[in-house]
Formats: sequence, C-alpha cells, structure tokens
Amino acid sequence: MRHTSAGQSRSNYGALCGLLLGALALLVVAPAVLSDFRLSLLGRFVCYAIVAVGIGLAWGRGGMLTLGQGVFFGLGGYVMAFHLKLADAGPSGVPDFMLLYGSGHLPFWWEPFRSPVVTLLGVILIPSLVAFGLGIAIFRRRVRGAYFAILSQALAAAFTILLIGQQVTLGGFNGLNGFRSFFGFNLYDPVNKRMLFYIAAVILLITLAVVWQLYRSRYGELLIAVRDQEERVRFLGYDPANIKLVAYVLAAAMAGIAGALFVPIVGIISPANVGVVPSIAFLIGVAIGGRATLFGPVLGAIAVAWAQTALSESFPSFWSYFQGALFVLVIAFLPAGLSSVSLLRGSWQRRQRFGTRAGRMAAPQADAAPSLPSESGLSGISAGSETGQ
Amino acid sequence: MTMNADYLELSDVRVVFDGFVAVDGVSMTVLQGELRFLIGPNGAGKTTLVDAITGLAPATGSVRFGRTELIGKKVHQIARLGVGRTFQTATVFEELTVLQNLDIAAGAGRRPVSLLRSRRAVPPEVEQTMETIGLAGLRDQQAGVLAHGQKQWLEIGMLLVQDARVLLLDEPVAGMSADERTQTGELLRRIGAERTVVVVEHDMDFMRSFASSVTVLHAGKVLSEGKVAQVQADPRVQEVYLGHAEVTS
Repeated sequence: MRHTSAGQSRSNYGALCGLLLGALALLVVAPAVLSDFRLSLLGRFVCYAIVAVGIGLAWGRGGMLTLGQGVFFGLGGYVMAFHLKLADAGPSGVPDFMLLYGSGHLPFWWEPFRSPVVTLLGVILIPSLVAFGLGIAIFRRRVRGAYFAILSQALAAAFTILLIGQQVTLGGFNGLNGFRSFFGFNLYDPVNKRMLFYIAAVILLITLAVVWQLYRSRYGELLIAVRDQEERVRFLGYDPANIKLVAYVLAAAMAGIAGALFVPIVGIISPANVGVVPSIAFLIGVAIGGRATLFGPVLGAIAVAWAQTALSESFPSFWSYFQGALFVLVIAFLPAGLSSVSLLRGSWQRRQRFGTRAGRMAAPQADAAPSLPSESGLSGISAGSETGQ
Repeated sequence: MTMNADYLELSDVRVVFDGFVAVDGVSMTVLQGELRFLIGPNGAGKTTLVDAITGLAPATGSVRFGRTELIGKKVHQIARLGVGRTFQTATVFEELTVLQNLDIAAGAGRRPVSLLRSRRAVPPEVEQTMETIGLAGLRDQQAGVLAHGQKQWLEIGMLLVQDARVLLLDEPVAGMSADERTQTGELLRRIGAERTVVVVEHDMDFMRSFASSVTVLHAGKVLSEGKVAQVQADPRVQEVYLGHAEVTS
C-alpha cells in the first residue's frame, strides 16, 4: 500500500515536472531564442504533437493502430479554413477560388461557418461525431488489429479522393489557402503569428494534462486492460467497444483541434496535408517517441518533424530514406519507442527490488494459515512449468 | 439450501457449429453451495458448454440463473448478472498490478464519470479478496510476473470481487504443482459455500478430493451424473474412459 502511493506520487511528480518543463520550454524559452520564422515552424510541429498525444492515447494505451488520423486533422482544418475564407470574403461574400472556378454561388453547407461560434464548435464536434459513428460501427463489430489499421488507412485515402474531386466547393487539389485574418487579427502581423504559437502551445499543454489525468484514472487502467485482453474485459461485465470509443473520439477531437490550428499557422490546408502519407507521418513520431508514455508521442512528433525540416533543407531527397530507416530501427530494437530506454532500466530495478522484497515476505505470510501462503507460489514459477496432463 | 434461488439450471442446451453438434441437449441443475465437476474425454463439449452459458457460443435451449434466462444475452450482460468464468490459459492483465486487476474486476457497475478519477482508496472487497487468494503481499506486483498458480488465483479473485454468484472455472489446476492444487481446492471449497461453482477438469485426483457432485459429458451429451462414487461405478463412464487410466487409477 505504502509502496503504491509512493510509486504513484513519484510518477505524478515526474509528470507534473514534465508539464512544467514543457510549459517553460514552449512559452518562455522558445519565443525568446527563436526567430519568427522558426517559431512559426515550431508552431506547426506543436500541431503535429497535439495529434500525436491523441494517437498515443488511442494506439499506445488503447491498442488501436489509427493510420487515418489525417481524416480528423483534415475535418478540423477544413472547418477552420471555411470560416477564414468566409471572413476574408466579407459579410455576404464568396471565397475567391469559388469565383475563379465555379459559378460564384456559396454551397449551403458553407453558410453556418460564417459564425465563429459554430466554427469553433465544429472544429471539435465534427471530427468527434465522425469518429463516434465510425467507432460504433467498427468496435461493435469487433474489428481490430491489422483490420482496423487497414480500414483507417483506407478512410484517409478515400477522404483525399473526395477532397480532390471537389474543385469548386473545397478547392480540390490546391486546397484552401491565402488566409488574411484570424478572427479579426491580421495574419501578416508577426505579433499575431506569435499569438497563434502561444495558443497552440497552451492547447498542447492542456491536451497533455487531460491525457495525464486519463492515464492516472481508473479509465486509463481499463483501457490498458482492453488493449491487452479485450475478451477478458467483456467477461468482467464491461462492453469494450464503449471503452475504446472514448479514446478514439478523444484522439479524433485532438486531431481536429490540431488541424484547425494548423490552418492559420501554416496558411494552407490541402489533400496533401491530410492524406495517407501525413497520417503515417503522424504515427512515426509517436512510435519513435514511445507510444504508451505521456511525453513520448509529443517529443517524438516534434523531433521527427524538426529532423524532417532540418534534413530536407540540406538534403531534399534524402529525408524519406532516413525516416524509413529510423522507423525500422525503432520498431526492431525499441518496439516501445525511445522513451522505453529509461522504462527498461526502471523495470530492471523493480525486479531487483522485488527479489529482495519477496524473500522478506515469505516468512510472515506462512504464519497466516488460512490464506494461501505465497511461498509455494513463488517457488511455483518452476513447479508450474511441468504440465499437469 | 435447495430452497435458494441462486442456482443454475440448464435444459436441452444445444450448440451447433456448421452442422457439427458440439453440445447435444444437455440438461443439468447446479445448486448453491455445490462444487460441481464437469468431466469427459477431449471433445466432449465441456468448454463449449461453458461458452454457451457465458454467451460466447450461440446456443439454443434454456440456461436459467435463478429466474433469468441467459441465452440470447450478450457476454458482458451475462457477466453483470453474476455469472463469471475463467479460461484454460490464465488471462490476467499482465501489465497491470494485482491490485489494478482486481479493481477493474470490481468496477463493472461503476458510473462512467467515476472512471475518470483515479483510485483514492482500495475498495474493501478488493482488500478482502487479496487476503482470500493470498496475494495481499504482492498487490503492487505486475500480474505478468506472477507464477502460473498465482495467476489462476488472481483470476478466481477477479470473479470474487466481480461478485459472481456462479463461477465457471475451466481447468483451474492445469499446470499447477501438487501443493498449488491442494491450495486451489481448499480455496474453491471456502468460496463455494455461498456460490454455485462448476469446474471443468481433467485431473481425476483433484476431482475425487474436492467434487461434491460430478457430471460426465460424452459427445455433447450427459452420460452420467451424481456423487463421485456413483459416477465412478457407472459402467458407461468406465466404457468411455476405457484406455484412459485416469478414472480408475
């Protein structure tokens, strides 16, 4: 008991320190040392990191290999882009590309996004509702593992095809771009670009705090149980579909928010930002950083995105080979990601400690006659291996 | 005891997979306080029968727990009604601790919102069960590093905190040492007094020591039923087990 609370408070303390350090790095250090250009680049990476937090929740803790987070990222991004285009066009105006390619009539489903409130709600609710519908259909039918991964990947592919086909209403292959203002703030003003970075950084910290609480909660334990033994959880009286659904919807909402932040920070949303390739790229950072840990996905996502930018600045055609090699190396040698290096050490230390603890425990346990003495249980590791049949 | 409503009553249960009849019209009644052993040669339909009771295998006929019909209900609904089971291979949540395993098992009735909070205190039924199954000293140990026998006890413990009224145990002592078997048998006796326990087992010594009654299945049908001695004396049972030294040894 004492051991639990000590161990828990130690990990709580670690997570809190991590959050504070992250806040310090993002909100104080980065704006002080980085140029406006680099800061806006970091803002883009922060968007990827928000997606990564969600993937860590759904994949690392929930076992759902989501190869299609680009869909939710795109839904959030396009919803935000609708609003920015409409705001730029004026109170009853029509976005410029529609005048160029189409009849100049605004489709009815663009109309609601003139409202900032509807837009902000839509950024969160549309990806969540889509994920909810998909999740119910998928998890109730017990689709999981590789089948789930392929299905989510196919969704991302279908989503891009849909977007490319809508030249007149969604900008087709070019997507939506050329935004001039963000809720009334001029996007060409460096001060406002900094503000966008701060918003993204704070939202990243909030998502981390939310996920941290989930990991500490009973739900977090339940999610691990579902990941490792879904059928067993069913026999305990839970419906695993609902448990997975919560993580999947939250991950989708996070991706949607990230997409919405991406639009003003980067200035474009197009099929190339939301399709199969970016969906896999989201995942690589999470895998490399350590999918089941709290900070691994964030650090991995930012590191991979940073490496991509740095390397493709110097070796434009070299990056994808490097990315592939890194992915293969991590999966082969560190399946739990780079943060598992410290985890491995921790579990080794625990094992050492347990060895001595168990030795001390055997004696008082044997006195308690009516309970099953665990001394035989401990020696039973070897005894149990001879089969009884 | 026979007046109690907590009993399991099967009548004419059939399970058919693609034309193959795995369970062929089984009827039996298990009362509270009984330690019923379900034996039979391989392929007799023992595990399939347990699957049928717990909603895993599609079945026809009737399985009643007290006044509730179980056939047609979903796995997690049946579990919530108080029918719990274990599996041939111990399935515990290996990355979670003993305490976390039991806490999850105790929590199926928790309101969704309460799941979002962390555990402030160990629920009393979890505390008590850790003592009952003898794992109180290992509460913070990851279940994955437990010995085989301890994992089986943890599984049985999960059924206890789940407050299962009917326990269906699929080969609980397979792979256990002699000491562990005895301890498991005594554990089943203690917890079985106020529950309905069905044990699928191959180990005949274990059955003789702990069974209060036995049902023999053969080719999906009930071949014989009664006290251990009665069943052992039944010539049909001896015939089925001919060549299987287990029943006479």
